[in-house]
Amino acid sequence: MFNFGIWTSEFNKFLMGFMPEWLAATVECVIIALLVLLTYTVLALFYILYERKLCAWFQCRLGPMRVGKWGVLQVFADMFKILIKELISLKDTDRFLFKLAPYIVITSSVVMLACLPWGRGLQIIDYNIGIFFILAVSSVGVLGILLAGWSSNNKYTLIGAMRSGAQMISYEISLGLAMITIIVLSGTMNINELVWQQESAWFIFRGHIPAIIAFLIYIVAATAETNRGPFDLPEAEHELTAGYHTEYSGIHFGFFYLAEYLNLFIVSGIATLMFLGGWMPLHIPGWDAFNNVMDYIPSVVWFVLKSFFISYVIIWFKWTFPRVRIDQMLSFEWKYLMPLALANLILMAVFVALGWHF
Amino acid sequence: MSDIQEKISQICPSASFSEGDTLMVTVDEKDWHSFAKALKETSGLEFDVLSAVVGMDWKDSLGVVYYLTSTVNAWDVISVKVAVEDRENPMIHSVSDIWKVANFQEREVYDFYGIKFINHPDMRRFFLRNDWKGHPLRKDYDMNPELNPIPLEDEQNEDETVSYVEDADGKVKVVPGKVFGEDEYIVNIGPQHPSTHGVMRFRASVDGEIVKKVDVVSGYIHRGIEKLSEGLTYPQILHFTDRMDYMSAHQNRHCLCMCIEKAMGLQIPRRAEVIRVMMDELMRISSHLLSFGCTAMDLGATTAFFYGFREREMILDIFEKTCGARMSMNYNVIGGVIADLHPDFQKDVKAFLDIMPERLKEYHNVFSNNLIAKNRLKKVGYLSKEDAISYAITGPSGRGSNWSCDCRKKHPYSIYSELEFNEVLLDGCDSYSRYMVRMKEIEESCKILAQLIDNIPEGEIRAQVPKVVKLPVGSWYQQVEASRGTFGVYIESTGEKNPYRVHFQSPCFNLVGVMDLTCSGYMIADLITIGAALDFVIPDIDR
Repeated sequence: MFNFGIWTSEFNKFLMGFMPEWLAATVECVIIALLVLLTYTVLALFYILYERKLCAWFQCRLGPMRVGKWGVLQVFADMFKILIKELISLKDTDRFLFKLAPYIVITSSVVMLACLPWGRGLQIIDYNIGIFFILAVSSVGVLGILLAGWSSNNKYTLIGAMRSGAQMISYEISLGLAMITIIVLSGTMNINELVWQQESAWFIFRGHIPAIIAFLIYIVAATAETNRGPFDLPEAEHELTAGYHTEYSGIHFGFFYLAEYLNLFIVSGIATLMFLGGWMPLHIPGWDAFNNVMDYIPSVVWFVLKSFFISYVIIWFKWTFPRVRIDQMLSFEWKYLMPLALANLILMAVFVALGWHF
Repeated sequence: MSDIQEKISQICPSASFSEGDTLMVTVDEKDWHSFAKALKETSGLEFDVLSAVVGMDWKDSLGVVYYLTSTVNAWDVISVKVAVEDRENPMIHSVSDIWKVANFQEREVYDFYGIKFINHPDMRRFFLRNDWKGHPLRKDYDMNPELNPIPLEDEQNEDETVSYVEDADGKVKVVPGKVFGEDEYIVNIGPQHPSTHGVMRFRASVDGEIVKKVDVVSGYIHRGIEKLSEGLTYPQILHFTDRMDYMSAHQNRHCLCMCIEKAMGLQIPRRAEVIRVMMDELMRISSHLLSFGCTAMDLGATTAFFYGFREREMILDIFEKTCGARMSMNYNVIGGVIADLHPDFQKDVKAFLDIMPERLKEYHNVFSNNLIAKNRLKKVGYLSKEDAISYAITGPSGRGSNWSCDCRKKHPYSIYSELEFNEVLLDGCDSYSRYMVRMKEIEESCKILAQLIDNIPEGEIRAQVPKVVKLPVGSWYQQVEASRGTFGVYIESTGEKNPYRVHFQSPCFNLVGVMDLTCSGYMIADLITIGAALDFVIPDIDR
């Protein structure tokens, strides 16, 4: 399996050859930041097309077909349009908070993107408390949504923001519990180590019953966490026109829009990391020939394809189910999902203590 | 009818009778309220449905013609005429305490004729702005545009209301009021909103997510069809009906044609009758498919919406081939239909009937049986049978409250008495029942089509009609079962080639009247659900 770390350390050596360490570090940081932003944009564009095409196929349509072959250039046209649109400033809004909100949302999502294990040696932020960091950063995004709803001075946005706050804070608990279940199994919060532990088999197989339950809980909670259908109440367009971002225009709206799609990728990426081995190829203990063949597929491809698959499932939810109501959503979380996640955590602890896992 | 007349003379000796299309009772204004109460409560009469409220201007007097139906006694219909001679300050007692539907109906009459209803709780205009000058349907209305220029400012007094309260000794005093209290949090839904299905506006007072009261603000696309009709000849007013409830275009136009034909005493060729009924049923299926799609979409299930539209498209193609248009078909004319069926008609309808049972199963799989959809629809928007009758909620919404009110069964018109079909009744009284009634009515309509598709008789498609259509002096009222409920047409003629008064009694007008009742106590999201399940079409309200 190719280690991308060779490239990065070579590049580091090359820079160190003619500049001081602090300058080399700065140059690397700038390059990485640019790369992350570029990846962010390209992925967002891909996801917009991905969802539009998928939803079209679910709905007996073709989706965008006119711009470019199979409409692939449509998203570029859309993005260009949103970039040149006017940022409408409104009367009686809290100007500063109104403009700050989209940046908070998009910053938290970019930082989360940087935590993902893209491939072997392709990891930007790698702490020993990586998972904890991801959970912490993901909660910052809701602040942006609340600010957006509050500062717009509009009743729809306020209701949307309140729903969003209630929803994200509730479902974060299940999300966190599902992740802790896996941490109980692995015993580490370090992202790199989590991936390496799955070399023999992915956690969803190693932890079997509690891991599968945790995976299902995670997928449901992640759907709610990203405000996607059937939990898209904060922007329920049939009730609140566009929810918390009703008043935004131009690229400020675009930031919310991009962040929504990227959050979809990010929760899929975390699911991949926690349950499906991150960038680790599919290994079956004992099948060495098979494992070797799998290793020929680059690790980046493994990670991205697994994430796309999980996103597919979440997109599938959205285009199949009707939207739940706020009270149903909250009672589902607090009465069913969270107790189940807690029970599952205990189950996993028992499994680990008794060594019933692989 | 004669025993009804006898009973009425007992309870109100001053009433006078005239036999026309229906039994018409004329009562004095001062007797009207007690008479109305007696009409509803006396056994043997029990006129519990107020089918239509028609404001009238007879030049020397203003008044109202009420059409009443008894669900207890074989769906008898009578009309009651109440007139007042004072043109400056006309006042009639409100019957909104007896039949709840009168609340909005009387507001419409006040709006257009300026008749103030005593003891009405909320005497605001219904369609026009509160600052409008004059009452447009009066015969002496000044149409000078300078009197009512296009307003550039918001309505300042939209929260203010008034009621004319009569005290014990018969004095009427003006009591001003407010629609909403000072500290209520009011969310404005519409007129531009994705889920109001048109330019409708609701002002909902909310407590958190709970809706406490809904105020209906209507009239954003009112076109004054009734006023326009007074200046046009009968063949010219036909096309308006396609533009009211555009999802019931054929039924509405069928109704108006039948009303005119009834007045002329015209016999319709059998082929035309069969074609009309088939078109009505196709229209009903298309409307219910749209309703299925919109209900699903309003609940967030966008995919189901496209499935509904896929099949609806087939019906629109059938319409396009025969009528030349997909919407506003302009197909029925006085005496029959305007063009013969397209040669592909039978083939296309059979193809549609073949796939429909499978597709209905698909709808139920993807939406009706979905747990989330059931949770969202069941026990939401409770409307009891008593309220449905009092608010005259007909059509699938009324039948979802277990009220048997299908005009095709109760007053069989055209060839419906020969056809075999069931009236779908469900007793859930909630949004889910209303929704399911529609889905089952699609099956019933398919049944009717299957009975007729191979039995279209040969012959003329249109009776001989004089070049200038003139109706004799008199008034007529005709009802049909449109897609959303009982649609009525009232025509009063003075023998001219244009009508003296045309009134369209649209089902959606009544549907929107229960929004406050059904939404109060539920959540904002439920308001959308309830609206979708009631399935009103705005141009039908704003005629």
